[in-house]
Amino acid sequence: MSGFKVLSPGILSLIQDKGRFGFHDIGITSGGPFDSHAFNWANRLFDNKESAACLEILVGGLLLKSQTTTQLAVTGADVPIKINDQKAVTWQTHSVKPGDKIAIGYATAGCRAYLSVAGGIQAPLIFGSASTVIREQLGGLYKNGQPLQTGDILPCMPGKKTTLRSVPEQFRTQFDTDVTEVRLVPGYQYDQFSQAQLDQFFNSEYKIANNSDRMGYRLEGPAIKPPSRAMLSEGICLGAVQLPADGQPIILLCDRQTIGGYPKIGSVLSLDIAKLAQLMPGKRLQFTLIAIDQAQNLLRHCKQ
Amino acid sequence: MSQQFPKVSIASENSVIVYFSDRPCSQTSSIIAHTAGQLKKTLSNCLIDLVPSYHSLLVIYNAIDVNYVEIEQAIFSSIGGDLSMVELATGRRIELPLYYSLESGPDLKRLAARAKLSIAEVISIHQQTEYTVFAMGFSPGFAYLGEVDPRISAPRLDTPRQQVAKGSVGIADRQTAIYPAQSPGGWNIIGLCPAPMFDLNKQPSTLVKPGDTVCFKAIDRMQFIQLGGLEVDLTGTDQ
Repeated sequence: MSGFKVLSPGILSLIQDKGRFGFHDIGITSGGPFDSHAFNWANRLFDNKESAACLEILVGGLLLKSQTTTQLAVTGADVPIKINDQKAVTWQTHSVKPGDKIAIGYATAGCRAYLSVAGGIQAPLIFGSASTVIREQLGGLYKNGQPLQTGDILPCMPGKKTTLRSVPEQFRTQFDTDVTEVRLVPGYQYDQFSQAQLDQFFNSEYKIANNSDRMGYRLEGPAIKPPSRAMLSEGICLGAVQLPADGQPIILLCDRQTIGGYPKIGSVLSLDIAKLAQLMPGKRLQFTLIAIDQAQNLLRHCKQ
Repeated sequence: MSQQFPKVSIASENSVIVYFSDRPCSQTSSIIAHTAGQLKKTLSNCLIDLVPSYHSLLVIYNAIDVNYVEIEQAIFSSIGGDLSMVELATGRRIELPLYYSLESGPDLKRLAARAKLSIAEVISIHQQTEYTVFAMGFSPGFAYLGEVDPRISAPRLDTPRQQVAKGSVGIADRQTAIYPAQSPGGWNIIGLCPAPMFDLNKQPSTLVKPGDTVCFKAIDRMQFIQLGGLEVDLTGTDQ
């Protein structure tokens, strides 16, 4: 199958589809798009299946050469795009033909961009998904967790001729906030934290630490004393905020370990995990509480 | 099973965690495995994934289709009223060959000295327990087995090894496990198991599942090699 030849993979580009589900019981994590909002729009622009594979581009530096006639789009971070030295914009579909060179420059706002193609990238599935999880050596073009490499071919089908489409302005990610609000559903060991520690947690600003990645975002700020009660390792869901002994919170993300033994204060709303995906280390955030009923109403509202 | 269990708590916008007891035991693991099987049937399309662990089961569901109140009701009704009545025959019993030796178990000597036992006694005690698969995690196919006889339990290494060979069997506190692939690790390695614990190309891809029981049977160097143990580089481990 023809597609796009990778002339340069950039800093880190990963094939991601909706994620790998149904295998948590044997220790296999979900993977999947970190910014699900941008990912969903990237697919929606082509009426692709919700599960279609896209490329998650960290920061940028990607260079592709088209071998086929199709359409592509880039959503998420603000990245400069050039198609044969002609400037192109994000959140919009573009037609390409064989021989065209597509260059994704470095992000000027946000840090994760999603490249989608008409019909989706035709990556092979392993445990039901093409999502790349480097740590587990699963997914990607070779099913072994390898990120995109120079010389790889991103397979895709020839696209039908359709009119160009773009994402309405109000649904595009805004990057201008100084301190990002991160909504947290109280859960797990929430009731075991003292009121003083909860107040400290919700009234403080936290900075995203350098060693943050798709597995987890480590935060720096006022330490939160975790409950002293001994606990057994238990299942960790997407967005769970754990408090290890040093009191610095860790938000567990797409490539998280499936079980763990640290106390957790609750879990970040998925809509806000998408915001986290666009925050580089050094950026600041503040947690606010959202009740479960309100969180679930919001999810249903956003789905419509 | 006391009145306070099972207990359902919110974990996130689309998951709840069900606690079945205060502490792990083989009966709890059987009940968790049984409940996981029930929920797969009753929740079907609403279910996204399940994470069984020592005394809990994380249930991840589609929150667009069902809310947390409905999921909680569905969990209670599929568990039924009385957990003590659950048939405990869900898990399988698996016997695994294990080559215990100084060349395959770099921590065997130190662990024996710490326990004030002979190496032969450590090997014998490790084989006497029927272990329960409490959970799987850390890496695909890594099974946490318990509980190790307190006489041979030992804390994790102060400094984890950069590389632990595939098939290594280790002890950490009252748990034992087989490394399904070469990886870093801090458990006390006492031998090598030639059976592949995780194979992508097989169905199912793991040899054991939570709720199963595992016991170990000592084999010698020749049997280890005959069972495919040649894949492991014995010279790579400490003497």
